[in-house]
Amino acid sequence: MSATALDRATTEAPPLRTKRKRWTSYILPVFTIAMIVYLASPVFIMIVFSFNDIAGQRQIADFTCCTLNWWSEMFAIPALNESVKTSILVAIPAAIVATALGTLIGLVLGRYGFRGRGATNFVIFLAIAIPEIVLASSLLSMFVLGKTPIGYGTILFSHIGFAIAFVAITVRARVQGLDRSLENAAQDLFATPFQAFTKVTLPLILPGIVAGFLLAFVLSLDDFVITNFVGGAVNTFPTWVYGATRIGVPPQVNVWGTILFSAGLLTAGLNLVASFRANRRAEAAAASASATLRGPSAA
Amino acid sequence: MAQDKAEDLALLTATVAGQPAGEPPKRADQFLAKRQRRVAYGILAPGGVYLLIAFIVPLIIVVYTSLQTGGLLSGGYTFTWAFDNYADAFSSSKIFIIRAVVYAGLATLIGILLAYPMAYWIAFYAGKWKSTLFFLILVPFFVSFVIRTVQWNFILADDGVLFGPLKTIGLLPDDFRVLASPVAVVAGLTYNFLPFTALPLYVALERIDKRLVEAAKDLYASRFEAFRKVVLPLSYPGLFAALVLSFVPATGDYVNSGVLGSNRTTMVGQVIQTKFLTEADYPEAAALSVILMLGMLVIALAYAKALGTEDAALAAGAA
Repeated sequence: MSATALDRATTEAPPLRTKRKRWTSYILPVFTIAMIVYLASPVFIMIVFSFNDIAGQRQIADFTCCTLNWWSEMFAIPALNESVKTSILVAIPAAIVATALGTLIGLVLGRYGFRGRGATNFVIFLAIAIPEIVLASSLLSMFVLGKTPIGYGTILFSHIGFAIAFVAITVRARVQGLDRSLENAAQDLFATPFQAFTKVTLPLILPGIVAGFLLAFVLSLDDFVITNFVGGAVNTFPTWVYGATRIGVPPQVNVWGTILFSAGLLTAGLNLVASFRANRRAEAAAASASATLRGPSAA
Repeated sequence: MAQDKAEDLALLTATVAGQPAGEPPKRADQFLAKRQRRVAYGILAPGGVYLLIAFIVPLIIVVYTSLQTGGLLSGGYTFTWAFDNYADAFSSSKIFIIRAVVYAGLATLIGILLAYPMAYWIAFYAGKWKSTLFFLILVPFFVSFVIRTVQWNFILADDGVLFGPLKTIGLLPDDFRVLASPVAVVAGLTYNFLPFTALPLYVALERIDKRLVEAAKDLYASRFEAFRKVVLPLSYPGLFAALVLSFVPATGDYVNSGVLGSNRTTMVGQVIQTKFLTEADYPEAAALSVILMLGMLVIALAYAKALGTEDAALAAGAA
């Protein structure tokens, strides 16, 4: 009762300064919206041009409305199909392995103090900040020196390597944001360290792990430079498209791009909703836990 | 000593297996700290070893390769401490290195000028729309980098969706063209690395306590003064992060120049790619990579010193 009264009092209190809306106050919001349109423009073009009604087999700059031809013939280019398939066959295992290894690193960095922690953090930072081309040429140098056959295996190996660091920092951020007292409470309530981890810690950092997995998946799917160097004759979707730009890009590329874009968007949206729900659940659990802890002393 | 180790091992397995870890030792705190450290190394090991093989070792090998001499036709390359490779690589590619630095610098500068006002407005004034707007900024980046760049090729085309109409109504001369020029390459770089500037800027601006701005205004600072003396200095870490995260990768890029440029816009990344993949001139390509890496390392160390590795990685991770 009193809380609602208080709420009303704060919301109804007059603002300290009454702001007069001048035309200058619209500059920044309009600019922001213009920027969002600018950032989205190539995506918009990609989607629209997947319906471009043209005679040839290569995308041109003119747009004629509209045909479903390219959508119905999306499988018409075998090399393109193959490249999309390779992309997915790399991204899934790469994301799984990188998530497993990166989560462990993130957990340790976010939780334990140990000798070498600063160095590990620095290596992770370097792995993220290094220009892709330097990493790509380094990996290829290693494969050349070791006479490793170039192809699917080297692509997968390299993708796992660069994705680990991204998963690690995503999980680390989540672990650091964690309330340690929840875990301590679990142990006070006679949970073993393992139980405390699986029943309290893991559910709480799960959104971070899922986000790390999605990030690794997207990064692998999107990677061009490293794949271009260590892939040899094997193409993923981006390297195939880059190769095709020399002779002209077939409109099917827009179709595949639109499909992958929609899938990515959908997954990110679902993850957002899931992590929102997990947060709420965790808060509820924390509230009930603290209520239980406070219970006996109050009584 | 050996017993000590065995005990710790037992504790570690016990911890991992989830059994209560024996009787409490006398100097419990010290023991716990030690155990925790062991556990930490144990958990770190698999990922750490992978990073060692897939990241650290390749970086050492590229330095090794850069000091080799020989040729593919004359029986392969051998290691000879050939520091000449660096002089050769630098003198033959000087123009491409300078060009890459200038293009990347321009793209970073323009990117910051575009991203700062946007990040500022979203962080300070967007209220409940904050997350939604920020998500909208990131949405385009669900499309592959190469495909986005290819689409710019069509947007910037001589008679494309942007310039075609402008030419028809006579706002632009008929022979106006942007494609295959440095302008197109810088525009492409700006676009592609914009999230790397926007994200750290947004993170830094979002963290600023809005009451500080109110306080400045209470002390008779004008809106502009409040921005210049309070908001801007507090956003320096974000600005620095944006600078590094956009400039460093943009310098090594070869996709934008490859798709949007011409052979008069060649950047050092393209030279490295051609030498590695087409000419198989590994030592010189490796030497160029090492030059890029050293430049990047200097920047990264300055950055880590200014912000601390954790903050730096966080900003990088946000991007």
